[in-house]
Amino acid sequence: MPPLGKMILRRLLWVFPVAFGVVTMTFFMARVLNGDPTELYAPPEASDALRAEIRARLGLADPLPLQFVHYLWDLLRLDLGTSFTTGQSVASDLWDRLPATLELGLLGLSLGIVVGIPLGVLAAVHREHWPDFLVRGTTLSGMALPQFWVGLVLISVFFVDFGLLPGPVGRLPIGMALPPRVTGFLLVDTLLAGRPDLWWLALQQLILPAVTLGFSSAAPIARVTRSAMAEALQSDYVRTAIAMGHGRRAVWFRYSLRNALLPVITLIGGVAGHIFAGAVLLESIFAWPGLGQYALQAIERSDFAALQGFVIYASLLYVLAFLLVDLLYMLVDPRIRA
Amino acid sequence: MSEALLEIEDYRGGFRTETGDFVPVLHGVSYRLKVGVMTAVVGESGSGKSLVALSVLGIQPPAFERTGGRILFRGTDLLGLDEKGLRAIRGAEISMVFQDARAALNPVFTVGRQLADVWQLHHGGGRKAAMGQAIEALRRVSIPEPERRARQYPHEFSGGMAQRAMIAMASLICQPALLILDEPTTGLDVTIQSDIMELIVELSRTRGLTTCLITHDLGVVAETCQEVVVMNAGRVVETGSAEAIFTTPRDLYTQRLLSASQLVEAA
Repeated sequence: MPPLGKMILRRLLWVFPVAFGVVTMTFFMARVLNGDPTELYAPPEASDALRAEIRARLGLADPLPLQFVHYLWDLLRLDLGTSFTTGQSVASDLWDRLPATLELGLLGLSLGIVVGIPLGVLAAVHREHWPDFLVRGTTLSGMALPQFWVGLVLISVFFVDFGLLPGPVGRLPIGMALPPRVTGFLLVDTLLAGRPDLWWLALQQLILPAVTLGFSSAAPIARVTRSAMAEALQSDYVRTAIAMGHGRRAVWFRYSLRNALLPVITLIGGVAGHIFAGAVLLESIFAWPGLGQYALQAIERSDFAALQGFVIYASLLYVLAFLLVDLLYMLVDPRIRA
Repeated sequence: MSEALLEIEDYRGGFRTETGDFVPVLHGVSYRLKVGVMTAVVGESGSGKSLVALSVLGIQPPAFERTGGRILFRGTDLLGLDEKGLRAIRGAEISMVFQDARAALNPVFTVGRQLADVWQLHHGGGRKAAMGQAIEALRRVSIPEPERRARQYPHEFSGGMAQRAMIAMASLICQPALLILDEPTTGLDVTIQSDIMELIVELSRTRGLTTCLITHDLGVVAETCQEVVVMNAGRVVETGSAEAIFTTPRDLYTQRLLSASQLVEAA
């Protein structure tokens, strides 16, 4: 369909101005908020001459527009500066940690979707009966309980009390070497390396943090699915489908769910952005070597370049998440294409 | 006296409010739809005429509670049927056209797909053959370029075109014995209203359909229907041939309704 193709292209092109806006805001906010990063590099007893030299080396002596041009040029070359805690380039730090966050996030989000949507449908078709009350109660607690607390409870039950799952020590048990990086996802790379034993260990490490993420993302997904589905079930078009003789299942899954999915897709976009921008506290609890932990360290140590790099990554990730939301919308809802 | 296809006998019920009070809205409604005849059920909004019609298919609002009565279709009480029994009736034996056709069609499927789905449901066969039937049905209700229109979505249809598609679905695709039309022309332009009514009359005549037209528009009734049922405030106040109702209305409410409609036409 050519109009659809054109719309998708137009939407894709919009990414560039939005991304430019994001990096521009990041630049100016860092300049406004961070004060003078020279203080972070210079020893307290440094002379004014040394400070000036540091400032010049950091490029801070240049006029602001020139600094901005340098910054953009560096960004284009994927140069996000150097983290002074790790001593490595921020880009390579982010690249090293990205798979840990992505693997956990993908698994957690998939769990949230696979559990949340059916629960929402179940509640909607049994509205004001016990399955509905059960789902609403559970999801309310899923939204009210802080994620880190759910993680701690799961650790204390499944690791401390019953010893069913390994402790929160990261992606593999302590002392285990990672397989060579191909995709960066341990569940894939371990198999590629011919190490099913490592695959099993990695999966066990993933279960608790992924379930924690899944629980807290399933809750809002189920609630939005429930209300959207309940609305669809009361619509004129569903009444028509019933009047024409369609069975209950066809009415639920073919004639209501697709209509109900629109607000759910939007929500999932937001949840995904949240998850992939690093579940900061969750990664800390599980000692997960992902981006959230990296960001937390950067904040604790005032690691200016690392934090700015993380903010750019997280913002662009949201841009990407909502790009996907919009593209999915075009596929699901023909009215948007017009 | 010709045989009745549908008999509504002393149908009663009401709504339970949030405070638990019961508000009766139907006070023993009885009327008959004769085979092959076009019957109008007239009355102002709130008279309960649509509620009775929705009850025939078991799609009345969930808050409605029946307190008595029977709805006999070919001698079987529809109110005694379970979900499976009702499904065998819906579409195949009795189908329905609703007021706002653009809202009554599903916004995320093409019009052709929706008609084809219903065809497959009642007549089986492959997707492609079903789509062929859908296009044929759209052509039969005078939708221009049916092949192209079948690929469009309801929001791309005008109100009148969407109602034609809805009528095609309910009559030609379902092929029922009884077609109920709930305010099928309300909200449409006057010229389009008469086109749609012509289509309905022509289809019921050529296909020998028993038709029940629910409307508040007496002008439409006079031109098209043989039998008239007048409802007011949850009761049937008068039934009879269209001629009798229009020339010698016995009930006071019917007389008021008639004079009111003439006032509207004069305005």
